[in-house]
Amino acid sequence: MEKTEIGIEGNSAGMQDTGRNGGEIKGAELFVKALIEEGVQTLFAYPGGMAIDLFDALYGQSELDVVLPRHEQALVHEADGYARSTGKTGVCLVTSGPGATNLVTGIATANYDSVPLVCFTGQVPTNLIGNDAFQEVDIVGITRSICKYAVTVRDRKDLGRIIKEAFYIAASGKPGPVVVDIPKDIQQEFGSSEYPKEVNIRGYKPNTGIHAGQLKKAMGILNKAKRPVLLCGGGVKISGAGALLTRFAEKTGIPVITTIMGKGCIPSSHPLYVGNIGMHGNYASNQAVSECDVLFSIGTRFNDRITGKISEFAPHASIIHVDVDPASISRNIKVDVPIVGDAKAALQLMLSEAERLQLEEWVQKIGDWKQKYPIRMGQQDQNQDQNQNHRSNGKQTLTPERILRSINTMFPKSIVVTDVGQNQLWTTQYLELDENRQLLTSGGLGTMGYGFPAAIGAKIGNPDTDVICISGDGGMQMNLQEMATAMALELPIIICVMNNGYLGNVRQWQEMFYNRRYSSTCLCYRKSCKRDCLNPDKCCPKYLPDYVKLAKSYEAKGIRVESGEDIEAALTAARENKSGPTLIEFIIERETNVLPIVPGGNALSDMIMEA
Amino acid sequence: MKKRWISLFVENDIGVLAKISGLFSGKAYNLNSLTVGETEDPTVSRMTISLTSDDLTFEQIKKQLNRSVEVIKVVDYTDIPIHKKELMFIKAGNLSVEECEEIFRIAEVFRVRIKDYGKNTVILECLQTENRNSDLMRLLADRFGNRIEVVRGGSVAIEAVSMSER
Repeated sequence: MEKTEIGIEGNSAGMQDTGRNGGEIKGAELFVKALIEEGVQTLFAYPGGMAIDLFDALYGQSELDVVLPRHEQALVHEADGYARSTGKTGVCLVTSGPGATNLVTGIATANYDSVPLVCFTGQVPTNLIGNDAFQEVDIVGITRSICKYAVTVRDRKDLGRIIKEAFYIAASGKPGPVVVDIPKDIQQEFGSSEYPKEVNIRGYKPNTGIHAGQLKKAMGILNKAKRPVLLCGGGVKISGAGALLTRFAEKTGIPVITTIMGKGCIPSSHPLYVGNIGMHGNYASNQAVSECDVLFSIGTRFNDRITGKISEFAPHASIIHVDVDPASISRNIKVDVPIVGDAKAALQLMLSEAERLQLEEWVQKIGDWKQKYPIRMGQQDQNQDQNQNHRSNGKQTLTPERILRSINTMFPKSIVVTDVGQNQLWTTQYLELDENRQLLTSGGLGTMGYGFPAAIGAKIGNPDTDVICISGDGGMQMNLQEMATAMALELPIIICVMNNGYLGNVRQWQEMFYNRRYSSTCLCYRKSCKRDCLNPDKCCPKYLPDYVKLAKSYEAKGIRVESGEDIEAALTAARENKSGPTLIEFIIERETNVLPIVPGGNALSDMIMEA
Repeated sequence: MKKRWISLFVENDIGVLAKISGLFSGKAYNLNSLTVGETEDPTVSRMTISLTSDDLTFEQIKKQLNRSVEVIKVVDYTDIPIHKKELMFIKAGNLSVEECEEIFRIAEVFRVRIKDYGKNTVILECLQTENRNSDLMRLLADRFGNRIEVVRGGSVAIEAVSMSER
């Protein structure tokens, strides 16, 4: 209990301490005490009028770091990247009104990808709530449908309990963001210094066990399978079940397919790993799911990017589904054997029932598909090299695959964070993952502007690991201001901007499905351009901003790379720069596509392999 | 598609009704009626929800309700014997003497009470099943048009003790 008085000494300059009875502390002081008892080491926080008491209580204390980003949206992505990369709960603190609403996109992002966050928002005093007070919004009402739980503290005596519950709810079961809204008078009011040790919420009892009978039934089906596959989603990674899954696959000999959120749960170089499923999955994975007789899925919600046309998804298979969230089971895909439970608990039980299956023929068949239709830009590389030879100096073309291949070889122990769009899809296709390399990506909500701030959060949580942000030129501009945060914290992050001057993923759809009508996707466009311009390269105005100069204006390192030969030198220079971030702008071909692709609404077996 | 009944035990807190109704609107679930009131335990409210849906959607609705932190218990009343009643008031105005007498006869047939009675206005208090109230409402609407005013509370339901009639 020595910690009860934290933040009081030396901070009471202008604040009256009247009302303090023996041992009582302010709400703001209990807030700080709670963070410390929860083991919070880093708080992502942006001050404002209705949070000033909380910041006052944080002033001068030494037990946790307070990070000051430059925008609240980036703030919540930073907490998200921190949480995903460390497994700890990310903690945000912002003020009321616009501070709170700026969190909304990040809360939805974390909610969709099951990231544990506790977001504290300041609120106008309780007697002003509902009066249209300055900087008042009903943030609990706004976030109710995009977070796991949201609550306003209305009584000082509930503050400790609510914070304790918030941390418990965020991290347990299927993790997710929790919003705790604290009115200013509650922050100032004196009350008990007690922070509860235990939680008991009668309406919230996450599943910890697993239904052994159901699992036995599932294993019975699996052990008779002739063409089984394991489909693993992000749930396998969240529960830390990757090693168990790998052992299970090895023991049974069943091939493993992942969603992009699940990629890396088994090393991507493993002979039993097939690849990603879905819209930009590889041919072998999509074909294997279309032909399998048992689909054993763990920790995936079967969203539309995974299934393609629902009626033709795994048409011959008995489907088994393990998920910690009952509501994820039999929602999109009707499941034959539902199993509610944590992936790790399930895999532990499954291992004891596992038998070696005779699958040589099936594995061989998948291997043949994989060999016949690999995901490679190799051919494209060469074609483009030849094209370019006509034009210029015989240099290697700069393709996303070449960039990612260099990252694969140069950064064996690293955290790679993507933005959203083509940069993300190329990364999930080409990045090799194992227990030493981690991938963070906004898979569910697909939030542009996520990558760079999330990389900052990841680096704060993992100072000794190389952190690489892979972004497009569009997404990078959505949270550019965080260059200041990264520089201020002297974070040596490597930012790879793949610049094609387009919002490339939408442009690709326009090219493939909308008759090449590039509506509002060209980022080189200026008012003086022809409106229906279809000739990138020919007469484009200069791209804005100049990323190299921009980096320099933040006193960061900026490098521009225009040919394949220069990739490694740039990455080496970035790795050696320890004083702050390095931004490498890779000028890639303007109209490069992500292939293969399953057009929206098509069956998985109906892929476009080449342009 | 089938009519379903759910009895829902929730925390008696600010925002819980918004959470539950928001779930129905946000996920495009169909809702027939929703009633809510405090229980013998003042920290618990109980809702009776009636809705129409197919089996798959209904399963999903129950799961979504269950995973809400504020929800304590979800009880499916669809296929078990329950007692259910709805309160409806109907005020009919501008009535002639003959029309008043007609309403009295209707009340007798439908076994509803005349709750209030003025010079040319009558209020009926109807405590019946939702369907029976709907029948009565349609009858009076046909007969008296825009001279009636209706307010309904939505059904409340509780599990039966000894009977199997629904």
